[in-house]
Amino acid sequence: MYRSLFPHDLFAELDRLQREMGSSLGTSPSIRGLGRGGFPAVNVGGTPHSVEIYAFAPGIDPAAIEVQLEKGVLIVSGERDPDLPAEDAKATVHIRERFSGRFRRVVSLPDDIDPDQVTARYRDGVLHVSIQRREAALPRRISVE
Amino acid sequence: MNDKTRNPNPETTGTSEATLLPAVDVFEDATGITLLADLPGVAKEQLHLHLEADSLSIEGEVALEMPEGMEATHAEVSLPRFRRVFTLSKELDGHKVTAEFRNGVLKLRIPKLEHAQPRRIEVQVA
Repeated sequence: MYRSLFPHDLFAELDRLQREMGSSLGTSPSIRGLGRGGFPAVNVGGTPHSVEIYAFAPGIDPAAIEVQLEKGVLIVSGERDPDLPAEDAKATVHIRERFSGRFRRVVSLPDDIDPDQVTARYRDGVLHVSIQRREAALPRRISVE
Repeated sequence: MNDKTRNPNPETTGTSEATLLPAVDVFEDATGITLLADLPGVAKEQLHLHLEADSLSIEGEVALEMPEGMEATHAEVSLPRFRRVFTLSKELDGHKVTAEFRNGVLKLRIPKLEHAQPRRIEVQVA
């Protein structure tokens, strides 16, 4: 397998620049949120009833993704095989940007989640984990007598 | 992550809008070029491939299932659209491009024109 270095390096450089620009604009919510640029990319959102985590992990067998919930953090891990041609094939690699290998990302969760009410779905290359918040933590109106 | 994410309107999806650059792998063998692109969150119906003259564009709308009233607190995928354009060289046959799209990964195979494929040349011994 031969690799033409110049086009690869140029694209990798542009990609790095784009990532750096992106990270200087955004703010990370916690010490664990600094994994920007890692794989998979993660988006987190919330409603009064639930916490929603989206992990952008395309091209993975859903059965091979491990999702663990422990001590206030969500851990998403697994492995992505390289789709590149075999070493002995007479192929030239022009661009190689896609992630391959083992990955693991940790997302810290708020305190009011209910660890027993979790759903995880994988669709179009996105793992969507939805965790319900505990009833008691929901905002309520208290009537004045 | 606004409403446009869930209801993309084709009339407002101009090419001048900011887009994300999908990560790609490109490799070439004797008979053609294979391109793999990561387009997570893009449904098959929202993937658009255009080949015009020698320019190949890949564009996809990201649509996530979001509950009513969700507010984003941390976003690494911060734009709802992927776009990347490649220029094909002369020896590639744009009419015979095949595409597969599974689990957010696009696989394109662009064969070389027949006359551009390698062939063995007989050596005549006089």
